[in-house]
Amino acid sequence: MDRTRRSFLKGMAFAGTTAAVGAVPAVADEKRRAPDDAVGMLYDTTRCIGCKACVVACHEANDLPPDDRGDGLYDAPQSLNDRTKNIIKLYREEGRRSYMKQQCMHCIDPACVGACMIGALRKREYGIVTWDSGRCIGCRYCQVACPYNVPKFEWEEANPRIIKCELCNHRLAEGKEPACCEVCPREAVIYGKYDELLAEAKKRLADNPGRYVDKIFGEYDGGGTQVLYLSHVPFEKLGLPELGEEPVPELNRTIQHGIYKGMIAPAALYVVMGAVMLRNRRTGSGDEGGES
Amino acid sequence: MSDHKATPVGGRLMTPTTRVLLFVFMVGAALTVWRFAVGLGPATGLNDGYPWGLWIAFDVVTGTALACGGYAMALLVYIFNKGRYHPLVRPALLTSALGYSVAAVGIIIDVGRPWYIWKIPLKVGSWNLDSALLEVALCVMAYVMVLWIELSPAFLEKWRESGHTGLANFSRGLSKFMDKALIWFIALGLLLPTMHQSSLGSVIMLAGPRLHALWHTPWLPFLYLVSCISMGYAMVVMESTLSSRAFGRQREDRMLASLSGATSFTLFLFVVVRFVDLFLRGRGPLLISEGYYSVMFWLETVLFLAPAVMLAGSRGTARIGNMFRAAMMIVLAGSLYRFDSYLVAFNPGPGWSYFPSVSETVITLGLVAMEIMVFIMLVRSFPILSGTSPMAAHRK
Repeated sequence: MDRTRRSFLKGMAFAGTTAAVGAVPAVADEKRRAPDDAVGMLYDTTRCIGCKACVVACHEANDLPPDDRGDGLYDAPQSLNDRTKNIIKLYREEGRRSYMKQQCMHCIDPACVGACMIGALRKREYGIVTWDSGRCIGCRYCQVACPYNVPKFEWEEANPRIIKCELCNHRLAEGKEPACCEVCPREAVIYGKYDELLAEAKKRLADNPGRYVDKIFGEYDGGGTQVLYLSHVPFEKLGLPELGEEPVPELNRTIQHGIYKGMIAPAALYVVMGAVMLRNRRTGSGDEGGES
Repeated sequence: MSDHKATPVGGRLMTPTTRVLLFVFMVGAALTVWRFAVGLGPATGLNDGYPWGLWIAFDVVTGTALACGGYAMALLVYIFNKGRYHPLVRPALLTSALGYSVAAVGIIIDVGRPWYIWKIPLKVGSWNLDSALLEVALCVMAYVMVLWIELSPAFLEKWRESGHTGLANFSRGLSKFMDKALIWFIALGLLLPTMHQSSLGSVIMLAGPRLHALWHTPWLPFLYLVSCISMGYAMVVMESTLSSRAFGRQREDRMLASLSGATSFTLFLFVVVRFVDLFLRGRGPLLISEGYYSVMFWLETVLFLAPAVMLAGSRGTARIGNMFRAAMMIVLAGSLYRFDSYLVAFNPGPGWSYFPSVSETVITLGLVAMEIMVFIMLVRSFPILSGTSPMAAHRK
């Protein structure tokens, strides 16, 4: 759908909502970009051999217990979960196959951050989306909001935490790379500054015509992500959603800030309602009765 | 108006009915203790794909909408100045206060780390103003208090006559203050639901691509607001009809019947906005192409339209059976709309499924049992219901 028509309809919608609330919306439409110090990762499906060294390294680097809940014998998580911040999956179909690495995408404008009530999840240093245990109520709205299904919850704990990739920020502080990037024997996933990774991805696309699907996932998707993907199979086959270019939290932000800008509309509505009731009580013009 | 004065129903507090309710509540309470000991995983059907289930979709999202009777009646009586509906206000407020209190308890049981809830209202500097859920949380906390304050004259009226001098004096003093201040609390009681009932629509709107296109629309906040008002009126009809039967009170059929027009209007408005929006955004074909989802959408639509037609046709005539059936359908319609948008039409991708566990369901039943039990006890003890009853006739 083209952008003008869409924003027109969006405008109509909160004109409707605000008509009910009695406010004039003001549209806040700033374009979000990756922070200047942004870092990220670039994953290339054509280089990944599915060795899962990154999965083990991630467990070790993040002090996560091995996930042996499958057969009880082997550290073999089925998907991202409360013990797994990083996973390699296999896509296979009619002779075509590809590995797929999943972890937090570190969105430029993350839905989980838009959801989180008092900022437990927030983009902190290097644009990394991190979780602050002191601010988390455990409401799990981040899980509902994330289009990539990344944040995981400790379902079996009495004092549960949210578990997700934080790009090994504790290792970055020591001058090291994220563990998954460090151990990858084929440089299928590399760590770097966001701008440089984007340039590298573009270079690989240009240098190898026909090798990849002609798109960098994460360049624009859902407003852009700091983890970028190159693939030789369509991205939706790898489980990546089709999001469009608008950041996922944008619609909510527009409506929320339109209605509640400066709390003017609610305050006005409050005063008007109080005044109407005062008048009703003074004039006693009601159709009988009326005192509380 | 003397026959409209609210009086306590009287009678014994512990009856076979309240004993059964108490038992269900105790079972739910015991399971709640267990839930906090073992975590949410073993106690519920929730998982990383469906992090929200019965407690959020029913106890909170649907429960607070069903508790909008107080909101709907206050809107009618105080803003549209229809004083004749006044006898319906107090019981509606009680239902609302209980419904919202139960929702608040439901949230405490549902969240993983409730010991940090105090930070939401107090950590003002950390507030994320993008978060619709923050607004819902703050509004619901405030509104629970406002509802009990709005209802306080019912308690003060009784305590003023109390034999205990201290309590009587305190109540007299507070009553004087409340006479003046109540209007501003009522205004707050109108503002807060307008804000958070619409925001409950915004909350699930953030699920964006994971919410089915038949439900995901920028109009979600508006649709949530309009439907909660219909549900509020419907709950007033049901509560009033059931109370008059259970406690032998005078029936308020005519008064209820005259609400039909307004209710019918809100129902039609909901359906019209929904369809116009779908067609304007080119999503009309989804109405037939989406199998199960299309069926659910049409089921909702029929449930909204049927009572709208019934009420529009019977305007002014007091056929309580008809009204009661319409009210039940409205309650079903609004509840289904909320369940669909929070659970059925929410799709986290392949491999995930959710069905509420037994303990999850029993905890919810326990909360509902407590709600009904406290309602019965309070209307027996305090002047909430109006009209004469055999037991309280001499008190007039």
